[in-house]
Amino acid sequence: MSTQAAIEVSHLTKVFGSRTAVRDVSFTVARGEVFGFLGPNGAGKTTTVRILGTLIAPTSGSASVAGIPLGSAADEEIRPRISITTEAPGLYNRLTVAENLEFFARLYGLSGRDARVYEALSAVGLTNRADDLCGSLSKGLKQRASLARSLLNEPEVMFLDEPTSGLDPAAAHEVLGLVNGLRERGVTVFLTTHRLDEAERLCDRVAIMNTSLRTIGTPDELRRTLFTRSIAVAVAAPLEQPDKVFAGLTAVQGWQATDPARYLVTVTDPAAAAPGITRALVAAGADVLSIGETRHSLEDVYLELIEDREGRS
Amino acid sequence: MIDTTRAGAVIRKELAEFRRNRLIVVTATILPIVFLISPTASILAIHASTSSALLSKRVDYSLFLPLLVPLFVPATMSAYSVVGEKEQGTLEPLLTTPITRVELLLGKAVAIFLPAIAVSYLTFGVFLAIVALFADAPVATAMWHAPQLPAEVLFIPLLAAWAIWVGLAISSKVTETRVAQQLSVLGSLPPLALISLMSFQVITPSFGLAAALAGALLVIDCAACFFVARLFDRERLVTGTRPNRSAPAAAAPGTVRRLPPVSGTS
Repeated sequence: MSTQAAIEVSHLTKVFGSRTAVRDVSFTVARGEVFGFLGPNGAGKTTTVRILGTLIAPTSGSASVAGIPLGSAADEEIRPRISITTEAPGLYNRLTVAENLEFFARLYGLSGRDARVYEALSAVGLTNRADDLCGSLSKGLKQRASLARSLLNEPEVMFLDEPTSGLDPAAAHEVLGLVNGLRERGVTVFLTTHRLDEAERLCDRVAIMNTSLRTIGTPDELRRTLFTRSIAVAVAAPLEQPDKVFAGLTAVQGWQATDPARYLVTVTDPAAAAPGITRALVAAGADVLSIGETRHSLEDVYLELIEDREGRS
Repeated sequence: MIDTTRAGAVIRKELAEFRRNRLIVVTATILPIVFLISPTASILAIHASTSSALLSKRVDYSLFLPLLVPLFVPATMSAYSVVGEKEQGTLEPLLTTPITRVELLLGKAVAIFLPAIAVSYLTFGVFLAIVALFADAPVATAMWHAPQLPAEVLFIPLLAAWAIWVGLAISSKVTETRVAQQLSVLGSLPPLALISLMSFQVITPSFGLAAALAGALLVIDCAACFFVARLFDRERLVTGTRPNRSAPAAAAPGTVRRLPPVSGTS
């Protein structure tokens, strides 16, 4: 296994009784990468995080985290190098924010605890709430405090399991800003989420999981691999002979009318095809209202894969 | 190897939580008061003229009740200890830190032990002080010379430790606080039965018997930490299911992948 990878997973399988939660999953996460782990409920995302976070053991397969192979003896070496933020903030409600962090700082055996706690609180903008009881905080603030706790030990790898679940848009936005800040610190982030827009915005690469791994790559790579590329054209009036307009153009494979005056042109390379299409439309006397490459969101990719898995496509 | 900083951190945290948990404070206050009022009233109600048989019975009864404090007060606290963390959602972050099972359990046990024996000795001390100050002289003398008296002083920490380890063991195995608390009270019954037999002189208490029992309890209490640590299974606590260590015969192949991995897999 490479020493450069922050996480390496090879043929990981986890079985609970008669139920297989994770089946034969393999992937690699580079150091400093923000890696999105997507999938529907029950897809095995949290189980994977728990295995990589040394909380549970795999049934078969192997993995290494922060360059250390998982295993009961090595788990003790891994734990100081990682941190996990779960969907529930997991704070002691009867302790203040600072007390919560100080407790964890002691568990990590950190020196200069007060300074470390202050730094972590500063990083999430919570220094002014340090003496508030955690039970009195809103869910968004609790999640920020939970992130501060995760920063205390300056982890090499951070696992964020649905960190924005249940947060209102403003609080979720704040948390995502903090995750983005982790990238700048060089922390490897393993993010599981249902929010595909946030995965698309934050993650260098994403994996889509549904018990087994469905696919992995950058959002652009996934779009390119899964969907044919196309250019959407809107004109003021229907073309009289669209066949003639689009036939023989560079990089154009075909077309279809989506509305009387709208066309979807299938292309091999949008950048090469667009100028020719524009010229052909003008030459045919069409008033062009808009022309542009169709963008499939990560949500399209996700739904395509998950529906394919469920046999609905 | 036990890291005292980590175990100490758990003790500090637990004590801070107890102080701020009104339910625990009330429970730890009311139970001793109840177990103080009844024997005190029983002893103060008898006079010098009472027959020695009745006096002996009252003394036995009065010295029995304060022993319930070190059994019941820590039982409820320890029963909540692990399963409560799970219910709060704090267990998972805690278990991903470098703390070991023994450090965590030892920290929790000590944090319960300290207030439990403080309350127990205080209850016992107040009872003895009331007897010394307000009971008739022959009654007080009978109390001071009861053979159970020194045994009680010795047994308070041993019983508290038993109740704590039983509570922690149960708390590590069950999934609900309510169930844990009920079972931990049941777990306190074996020593309670023995103490009642001795207190009511069904078994004649002797120094040898008391010493043997104390020795046995001490051994059990010391070994219990490691026994309970073995029951403390991270996987079962986190997932609620028993670990399945045996690999399937062959990992079933994934369903058809329309996409080859674009990058990143081996």
